[in-house]
Amino acid sequence: MKISFNINGAPQTVETDGNTPLLWIIRDVLDLKGTKFGCGKAACGACTIHVEGMQVRSCSYPAKLAEGKNITTIEGLSDGDNLHPVQQAWMEEIVPQCGYCQPGFMMATAALLEVNPNPTDEDIDNNIVNVCRCATYYRMRKAIHRAAEIKSANL
Amino acid sequence: MKQTNLFYLTIMLFIMAISIGFSSNFSSDNFSEKELEEKTENEVTDRAKSLEGFDKMMQVLTHKRCVNCHPAGDRPHQGEDSHVHNFNVQRGASNFGAPAFNCNTCHHEENNDIAGVPGAPEWSLAPREMAWEGLSRVEIARSMMDPEINGNRDLEHVVEHLTEHELVLWAWNPGVDNEGNPREKPPVSKEDYIAAVKQWAENGAVIPEK
Repeated sequence: MKISFNINGAPQTVETDGNTPLLWIIRDVLDLKGTKFGCGKAACGACTIHVEGMQVRSCSYPAKLAEGKNITTIEGLSDGDNLHPVQQAWMEEIVPQCGYCQPGFMMATAALLEVNPNPTDEDIDNNIVNVCRCATYYRMRKAIHRAAEIKSANL
Repeated sequence: MKQTNLFYLTIMLFIMAISIGFSSNFSSDNFSEKELEEKTENEVTDRAKSLEGFDKMMQVLTHKRCVNCHPAGDRPHQGEDSHVHNFNVQRGASNFGAPAFNCNTCHHEENNDIAGVPGAPEWSLAPREMAWEGLSRVEIARSMMDPEINGNRDLEHVVEHLTEHELVLWAWNPGVDNEGNPREKPPVSKEDYIAAVKQWAENGAVIPEK
């Protein structure tokens, strides 16, 4: 089936089985490799993207549901050369270790800051539940608070 | 004198006869003894039919496919062992998860058998007031019928919710888990369950004492 959607601000139409996880359309068809495959079971969050601004696990999101939607991946998080506050904070706090899971965490954080510009530690625990096998959670928590500061300063 | 006495006696007997006639007519709400017996028998039959429906209906409503999302606390349950939902999933203010990590982060309008993530329209938790976890079947039924905690539903709307809502009927199409194993369905077929709910409701929606 043909599926049309906007991804990172640009229209796209793909021909695919509607049940194909959107993750594989993003990575293999559209060649956007920033979104990672982790568990394939909507458990780890490495594949997190935004659909209409909300975080979604793309490994468990059938491509047919993307019809007519606005999709954002890590490649579309910045505004051109202007990094997103989450990206700036991640660099300032030198968060990544191996880095594999980080795009998912950053997308989840960006979604959180849209609905909660100043999250508490509890808010972070309840909304950012991705898995990092390098255990960079401590640095990520600092970076999330820092991203909130940068975002509010930019307003 | 004798004639006068006979006259009064006749009048008294006439009044007594009429009184007895009236009293026998109204003593059983206009029902003859036979009609009363039939009415009582019908009531007993209706109650038995309703209770038969109740038993079957409650086999479904107490099943994990229902109770996992009617938790007593602020965390949904999942799986065949009804463990607390992984990933720190919370009820949230709208019974739909945390603001930026809600049910639709993973669950969508239909099952995803590739990832093993279940889905149905309006995937969410039942409100806290409608917690069934830990309740007996009688307590579940009473709470279900209490308009103060059931969203002000009358019997007709309770039946409609129980027999037509897609999220309720998902129990018979629960898909597979993340290892590809089919999830357990309720012990009564969907058709028998719907018939049982209607039988229970149409015969008085009787809730037993225990």
